[in-house]
Amino acid sequence: MKVSIKVNGQLREVDVEPRWLLVHVLREKLGLTGTNVGCDTSQCGACTVLMNGMAVKSCTVLGVQADGADITTIEGLRTDGAYHPVQQAFWDHHGLQCGFCTPGMILTAVDLLTHHGDPNDETIRHGLEGNLCRCTGYENIVRAVRDAADKM
Amino acid sequence: MGVLGQSIKRREDPRLITGEAKFLDDIQLAGMAHAAILRSPYAHAKIKSINTDKAKAHPGVIGVFTGKDFMDVNPLPCAWQAGGVKNNANTPRCLEVDRVTHTGMGVAVVVAQDRYIAEDALALIDVEWEPLPVVTDAKKATEAGAPQLHENAPNNIECEWECGDAAATADALQGADVVVKQSIINQRLIPNAMEPRGCAAQYNPASDEYTVWMTSQAPHVMKLLMTAFVFGIAETKIRIISPQVGGGFGAKIYLYPEYVLVTALAKKLGRPIKWNETRRENYIATTHGRDHITDIEIGAKKDGTITGLRVKTYANMGGILSTIAPGIPTTLYGRLLSGPYKIPHIYCHVTNVYTNTAMVDAYRGAGRPEATYVLERAMDWVAEELGMDPADVRRKNFIPSNEFPYAPADNILAGLKYDSGDYDKTLDKALQMLNYAEFREEQQAARKKGKYLGVGFSTYIELCGVAPSAWIGLPGQGWGAGLWESANIRMHLTGKVVVTTGSQSHGQGHETTMAQVVADELGISVDDVIVQHSDTNGTPFGYGSYGSRSGAVGAVAVLRAAQRIKEKAKRLAAHMLEANVQDLIYEDGKVFVKGAPATAKTIQEIALQSAVGYSLPEGMEPFLDETSYYDPPNCTYPFGAHICVVEVDGNTGKTKILRYIACDDVGNVINPMIVDGQVHGGIAQGVAQALYEHGVYDENGTLLSGSMMDYAVPTAAMLPSYETARTVTPSPVNPLGVKGAGETGAIASTPAVVNAVMDALKPFGVKHIDMPLTPEKVWKAMQSNNGGM
Amino acid sequence: MYPAPFEYHAPASLNEALALMAQNADAKIIAGGHSLLPAMKLRLATPPALIDIGRIADLKGIKDMGEKIAIGALTTHHEVEHSVLLRNACPLLPEVATHIGDRQVRNRGTMGGSLAHADPAADYPAAMLALGATVQVQGSGGSRSIGADELFTGLFSTALAANEILTAIHVPKTDAKGSGVAYAKFPHPASRYAVAGVAVWVSIKDDTVQDIRIGVTGAADHAQRAKRAEDALKGKPMTEDNIAAAAKVASDGLTTIGDIYASADYRAHLVTAMALEALHSAHHRAHGW
Repeated sequence: MKVSIKVNGQLREVDVEPRWLLVHVLREKLGLTGTNVGCDTSQCGACTVLMNGMAVKSCTVLGVQADGADITTIEGLRTDGAYHPVQQAFWDHHGLQCGFCTPGMILTAVDLLTHHGDPNDETIRHGLEGNLCRCTGYENIVRAVRDAADKM
Repeated sequence: MGVLGQSIKRREDPRLITGEAKFLDDIQLAGMAHAAILRSPYAHAKIKSINTDKAKAHPGVIGVFTGKDFMDVNPLPCAWQAGGVKNNANTPRCLEVDRVTHTGMGVAVVVAQDRYIAEDALALIDVEWEPLPVVTDAKKATEAGAPQLHENAPNNIECEWECGDAAATADALQGADVVVKQSIINQRLIPNAMEPRGCAAQYNPASDEYTVWMTSQAPHVMKLLMTAFVFGIAETKIRIISPQVGGGFGAKIYLYPEYVLVTALAKKLGRPIKWNETRRENYIATTHGRDHITDIEIGAKKDGTITGLRVKTYANMGGILSTIAPGIPTTLYGRLLSGPYKIPHIYCHVTNVYTNTAMVDAYRGAGRPEATYVLERAMDWVAEELGMDPADVRRKNFIPSNEFPYAPADNILAGLKYDSGDYDKTLDKALQMLNYAEFREEQQAARKKGKYLGVGFSTYIELCGVAPSAWIGLPGQGWGAGLWESANIRMHLTGKVVVTTGSQSHGQGHETTMAQVVADELGISVDDVIVQHSDTNGTPFGYGSYGSRSGAVGAVAVLRAAQRIKEKAKRLAAHMLEANVQDLIYEDGKVFVKGAPATAKTIQEIALQSAVGYSLPEGMEPFLDETSYYDPPNCTYPFGAHICVVEVDGNTGKTKILRYIACDDVGNVINPMIVDGQVHGGIAQGVAQALYEHGVYDENGTLLSGSMMDYAVPTAAMLPSYETARTVTPSPVNPLGVKGAGETGAIASTPAVVNAVMDALKPFGVKHIDMPLTPEKVWKAMQSNNGGM
Repeated sequence: MYPAPFEYHAPASLNEALALMAQNADAKIIAGGHSLLPAMKLRLATPPALIDIGRIADLKGIKDMGEKIAIGALTTHHEVEHSVLLRNACPLLPEVATHIGDRQVRNRGTMGGSLAHADPAADYPAAMLALGATVQVQGSGGSRSIGADELFTGLFSTALAANEILTAIHVPKTDAKGSGVAYAKFPHPASRYAVAGVAVWVSIKDDTVQDIRIGVTGAADHAQRAKRAEDALKGKPMTEDNIAAAAKVASDGLTTIGDIYASADYRAHLVTAMALEALHSAHHRAHGW
């Protein structure tokens, strides 16, 4: 099936089998490998992208369901080469170690901060429940998101 | 002021926060085909026949193979058999041929144009199985009548191993004022690095060489094992590259069947092959951790002085041996059972046992968390039995700071000595952070209102920077090779420095910390140093990253190579300055004659002079290029005190962590921000063991906790914020004075949490609950014991 | 992680969807996909065809219908959570929605999909029972409504016929004076589904219970009313003792399930514990405390 998806501002047309998950379309057909796959039960959130501005798990959306949608992946988060405040905060606060969960974690945080301008730690922790990190114990991720909130 | 000890931001992060980093699954090669593996649904079964005809005929399938197609490929080696005893080793093949001993073992592989098609074809393979009886419990597996997994391992015993002095310990227990006995389980855990495993391989028929990308913590070791043991080819014929690796926690140290399979397939099919593990496969086919059943007896005098400790442990190996499995519950467990305490007599007996479960091997801490859990639970029982404060009992038995280097009793550390320590200091600081006296008052007041608060202590030591080769290796602890580390430093014409290391980074930040070591030593900007690793072409041999050894072994090799660069630079500077090398000072990246700083030559000028080679002293070769292979004289021994404060909900039994305090001493610190991050992550994993995680098999050997829907890897909402502090007692073992920080959190935190919950349950008279302390277990314990008052 | 092949249809209208269903007996309906796709990824579900109703405009939106509110089947949990209309007039649903899955799941999962899937541990069913809500379904033969009490019939099964599509959910407004609602949930630490979840709607006058409905999810093979607990409070003042007595019988009549995380008897206890919490909150809110 032919689908057109606006990815990181560019309209991309791809021919995909209906069964292909959006994450595989992004990674294998569009070469956007920044979006990672960490599980197969829709728990880990490593594959999170923004779909029409909302964080979704791209492993739980069919590529064909994204026909006509506007998708932002981690590769599209910088503007004019400058880091998004959430990216910058993750770097500043050591909010990542192995970095595998990081793209999804950052995009969920972006979605969270779009809806909550000044979240407290509890709101941040609740907001990130759909993203698992095995390295950081979340401490520095929470600090990074709080700092990004201040700067956004 | 140098950059050592500075919290500089990580230099690896820009590629990770932008999605530009290339993990294993991001590798695409021209003509690449995708493999999917048919895995056993049975925990113990004979393979009677496999029919692949339908799968082979499926459109898009390139090939389907079974174990019989790889009889020329040797079984995987077991590289660490328990030292000094007979091991009944059994290891997996790339695909099993006759029999499987745990669910998830591979028996056939499909290679197809894409992974979707490969998965379709898996369903078309017919296997005729003959199921066999199953045993999953390590203790039961040794009992009469248990199903037998391997012919060479009667009663499923892989080995029996002991350390310490059985007779002296028996006497010590006999003579003790009190003896506490308790059986405990250190439950099976599933490591769950966020990136699953994977492998991609390419074969070059012209050179007869393989390039293999692998999610490995130890690429050089993988090369050695694959060439010398599995394929029987020259070590030069395989190049291993670990791309960006998304966490390991031990589970990515080992050589796995799939890596051998994919490599063999690349030659067989003449095209690049990739296999990337699904999370489901990760649960059933990647190694698990822990899984001990242990009987403890600890004796003490009335004043709280410990007199003896006897430990008997059944350690579950799983259905077949992973690469270093037998060494973990022996050397890295039994030898650590003195902890931070001066215990006069210790005896430990370990039985490594095969069961029909996934392979068990090192998982963050590896043996040391299990040892710490035994000791730290036992210290609380002694305190309870004697009516003493748990902090006081610990303090009473601490090895005094003036007794280092300290050899634990009965030679349980096999000739090594703890390097340095000041255990009171970390405990003092942690107690200060807690405000202990105030907490106890609060706890009393809360109990009156039916609120159950508890505090738990864990004072621990760790053995890390695992080496020396002569100790850990075949003559000693049975490790099948050495454990030194290496580094090469080249200073190029323009003064830029390239460091290559045999070590491997999968989240720890080597590219930052090792650059700090070099920049500090050479007095140059950290931006002028790049650190390369994880490719066996272009890096010197090294044993990899695990056991908190990249700082205490790997970074020291880096330092020593930098020192050699410095020495050579000084000799060249002496030539340039027409001075005596003894009269020269190297400071802030400049070499000058003592008392005459104006004469200084910068290291960059010297590097240029060395690289162009126009004028060198007699006999000196051009270029600043130095290598170090560093084998330390001892391990290092971090220590600390962790305190956890919890509230247990009387209605549901749910535990909430109110405070988590960690005061660690990891020796000198290269980058405090990175060390804090390691401590946070370690605590999280240890807390998760205490409260949430459990690898559970049913009686048929099916993994019930086989997905992220069932196995509780904690979310941000399930973990507390951590209060961390440090004392600094440099290690005398190495010139950096570092000890290691990767595992301290995971080692210390588990008993701190459990002790806190048990303290909260004190009104109910509960002595012990096995982990994880799920709400149900806690609630039921509260019901069965007199309603709390 | 790699679903089996299927035919994909994306009808633009309900009628088109119904026609496709008639032609594809084993087809599955997909909306947000957050129940079906996880099963398909593990090949636990291998439907030959999917009918994606996600583009049917008629199934979207939350509408004020006077005494009731109509919620389109495609309304996401996020939309439920943030609907001002629901927050004011039927606050139980937004409260429940905040407990579902996680942020990303709430952004994509739909209320209709969740109800039609009828996971025994899903959150909405408890609220549906407590609210006395109804679902609107459309088949080739016409439409009908099904009350919450009749909707959930067993493990992953509902009163919907195979050829029917759930189109909307109708919930009563609960903003009358003396009305209070609450949801208490004990989440599974990994899946975050309810190990036990209790939703309460209560109407009081002078602290005496005029009417009450309690829905329980997670504990048995499907969500059910806790009628013994309701009866224990009807006509009585909401004292501590009465609330406790009602909570105590909240799991009566439920055949609670046991698994590796929680045994059947502990689940029964959790129903009591969650009922206690939800009854207290609902009572407070009924008073406007």
